[in-house]
Amino acid sequence: MNHIVGKHLHHFHGGLRLRHYKQMSCTDTPTHLAPPPQLIVNLQQHKGYSAKPVVNPGEYVLRGQVIARTDNHLTQQLHAPSSGTISAIEERPYISANALCIVIDCDGKDQAIPADALNNWQQSTPEQVIDHINKMGVVGLGGAVFPTAKKLTNPHDNNTPLTQEHIHTIILNGAECEPYLSCDESLMLSQPEQLINGARILAHAASAKHIVVAIEDRMNEVLKRLHQVITEHHIDNIQVIQVPTYYPEGGERQLIQVLTGQEVPAQGLPRDLGLLCFNVATAVACHNAVELGQALTERIVTVTGRCIQRPGNWWARIGSPVESLIDAAGGLSHPAERLIMGGPMMGSALPHTDIPIVKASNCILALDATEIHDAQGEMPCINCGFCVRVCPAHLLPQELHWSIRSEDIQRAQNYGLTDCIECGCCDQVCPSHIPLVEDYRLGKHKLRVMEQEKRRAEQAKKRYEARQLRLERLEQVRQKQRETSKTKNTPKDAKSRIAAALAKKKKQQQAVSATGNKEAIEDKQKT
Amino acid sequence: MNSSHTSNESSATPSSKQEFDLGGAPHFAPPRNIRQVMLDVLIALIPGILAHVWYFGPWILVQILLCILFALPIEAIMLKLRKQALYPFLSDGSAIVTAVLFALCMPQLAPWWVSFIGMLFAIAIAKHLYGGLGHNRFNPAMVAYVAVIIAYPQVMAQWLPPHPLLGGDDLLLQLDRQQPGFMQGMWSILTGQMAIDLQWDSITQATPLDTLRQGATQNLLINEIRVSPIFGDFGGLGWEWIANWYFVGGVWLLYRQVISWHVPVATLASIVLLTLPFYLMDPDAHPFPLQHVFSGGIMLGAFFIATDPVSGSSTPLGKIIFGIGFAIITLLIRRWSSYPDGVAFAVLCMNMLAPLIDRYTRPRIYGHER
Repeated sequence: MNHIVGKHLHHFHGGLRLRHYKQMSCTDTPTHLAPPPQLIVNLQQHKGYSAKPVVNPGEYVLRGQVIARTDNHLTQQLHAPSSGTISAIEERPYISANALCIVIDCDGKDQAIPADALNNWQQSTPEQVIDHINKMGVVGLGGAVFPTAKKLTNPHDNNTPLTQEHIHTIILNGAECEPYLSCDESLMLSQPEQLINGARILAHAASAKHIVVAIEDRMNEVLKRLHQVITEHHIDNIQVIQVPTYYPEGGERQLIQVLTGQEVPAQGLPRDLGLLCFNVATAVACHNAVELGQALTERIVTVTGRCIQRPGNWWARIGSPVESLIDAAGGLSHPAERLIMGGPMMGSALPHTDIPIVKASNCILALDATEIHDAQGEMPCINCGFCVRVCPAHLLPQELHWSIRSEDIQRAQNYGLTDCIECGCCDQVCPSHIPLVEDYRLGKHKLRVMEQEKRRAEQAKKRYEARQLRLERLEQVRQKQRETSKTKNTPKDAKSRIAAALAKKKKQQQAVSATGNKEAIEDKQKT
Repeated sequence: MNSSHTSNESSATPSSKQEFDLGGAPHFAPPRNIRQVMLDVLIALIPGILAHVWYFGPWILVQILLCILFALPIEAIMLKLRKQALYPFLSDGSAIVTAVLFALCMPQLAPWWVSFIGMLFAIAIAKHLYGGLGHNRFNPAMVAYVAVIIAYPQVMAQWLPPHPLLGGDDLLLQLDRQQPGFMQGMWSILTGQMAIDLQWDSITQATPLDTLRQGATQNLLINEIRVSPIFGDFGGLGWEWIANWYFVGGVWLLYRQVISWHVPVATLASIVLLTLPFYLMDPDAHPFPLQHVFSGGIMLGAFFIATDPVSGSSTPLGKIIFGIGFAIITLLIRRWSSYPDGVAFAVLCMNMLAPLIDRYTRPRIYGHER
């Protein structure tokens, strides 16, 4: 367990060297955008349950005020990104479907609730720190938006914080590997102190002894600034490690493999290796939450692409429409073919610019036709094996493709469908231009449906078996009754049976009248 | 799930907003396509083809041309019969690669119907009847070669001796052979008959591998057999240079990352490692390992034929096993069968085993124990 993280760098299988296009947008002074006239806060901003609104249309809210909350045991909260009036709580378009959103008409004053810092966090217990971080709505800002508090607690032990026995090193993931994205790099350049402090807060919350900040080996300026902060404050348990600029180096499993040589077990988590991995923006959000008492209401978003007039990075409020960000970047310089929320390898295509930013939105990318235009169309797989060479999860992508296309999802599962991280490396190198990642997503969806059906079938089976048991028991009881009534003197011939039935009826009537009389007598006695 | 269409499906459609094309991740168009890969293979074959022309005359180019001219119409007809679109399958280059590889295994003056039957077997039967591009279970060029070598054994044994472009007449004099003129050779390709003033016997010569095998059955020592002027330093004169240039082309394919190192390295290493002990034990009775490597079709096989992606193994370890098996069977056929070279049969045997090999050589997935 006491692996010295980052002492030697290892390799992960496959991967691609991609042109990174980051210089066009990277900056060490990302400016804060003023809140747009309307903010659309999506109620599903984190992995897990959807949040329920705790405000009503017409209410006036301040920046940082809680406007929605989940009702599960580990409450996630959403906060108003700016002050204004709740205009509506309705469905709004989000990527390819609609989502329930709280719409706020901003009043432009941008007033915030008083700061709620956790002073002297070094003296607080991990539990207090985790609670505070959770209260402030901090989730993983690398894209997965996993609730940070949940990562720091042990589900097998009543959600108490993880301890030293569990975690020895916190890894801060600054290896922003997807092309065009530079939000993490801009953050690290502009706020190295906040990053280091946030890392220490997280380490305190996890009771971890060591901290490793992983950055790409081309981020030399970041290295300099981080080292400056570390030496200034004489922090001895933080290391900044540079990892090769390779895609998908920043994938959690690949990064851990590179830093430690170990693999996160399938169906397992980094905590099984004594590690916790957080995005650098998450660490800064923790700093803001704990030191400045600010809830998570904004994040750095990269707006970039050849079609963007002035690519760059901006602090944008959660809920800002994509259009406001593109406008801040000077608009489109020439027609864009595709607008993507996220990066070019794993991002989602947007149908129009009226989509709001969520906590997971790290980049808005406008690609032109020359970059995405695919003249060839899909050809059959020729088993060339290029995909096998580049898969970081060491899968056989062509086998997955064949299995899913022939609807044999079970076979796809056997070949490791759920181990696929959907990085897109296989897709990029396929000479037949097969949309492999789309195949896998379809396959995973079918697998989920299959497993759901299986669970339902198992439940139905359980119910059926319980019912069978119950019927059996009933039958047994009846059987007993029949037998006991048989042993009584039941005459066999019809006449005596009739006489017995009549006698029984008479007895019943007498009993009824007796009780009736009894009640009448009792009534009389009362009155 | 995003799919490629351009209509906007959301209910709250904004008024004058630009609508963008939708598509799934990743959003970059893949840089390589099948035609480029096939072109790379053809380019890699050019040095070997030029060496062939240098040593044996221009008729190999005629054979290549004939094969291509037969392959494309046959492919077009098969696509039509299978109700598939002609574009992009006809222009993806895979039929041309099959045609060229087959043509390179032909004797220089083979009549045109050999190429035709060959392409019928390769394109119509081995490729399209199995499902077309990406579905052939067997290497189409080798299916064709095996078909013609069984159907036309005599024709397939009529090889010309080497006649290098610069000063090759000495060799012909030593062997007491004549070099046919260009038109005489063309006549033979078009009609199958030799020109009136020439005999087949005075034109053709047994290949070096064939000579070796005949000599071995006569219990001659290797050195005695190799006295013949048709032998060069390693393999046969001319043939070894062609093999050398196939090697160069193959290394270029490795550099272009069209093929992976597994099959060529496994094949050539196996050939050397298997023949080395025999050579060391009895140098008189067994050829030097490199003589095996540079003889016959093993070099072409190692880099261009056993690396056929569709019919080969899918997994890295599987490719190594494929290469080893390919080498073993080739050597067995060379040594003990009545065929001079076993490359074609060996590849087909390994094609049969490829699915089984794939099943048991799956790589260990990240995070899994085994």
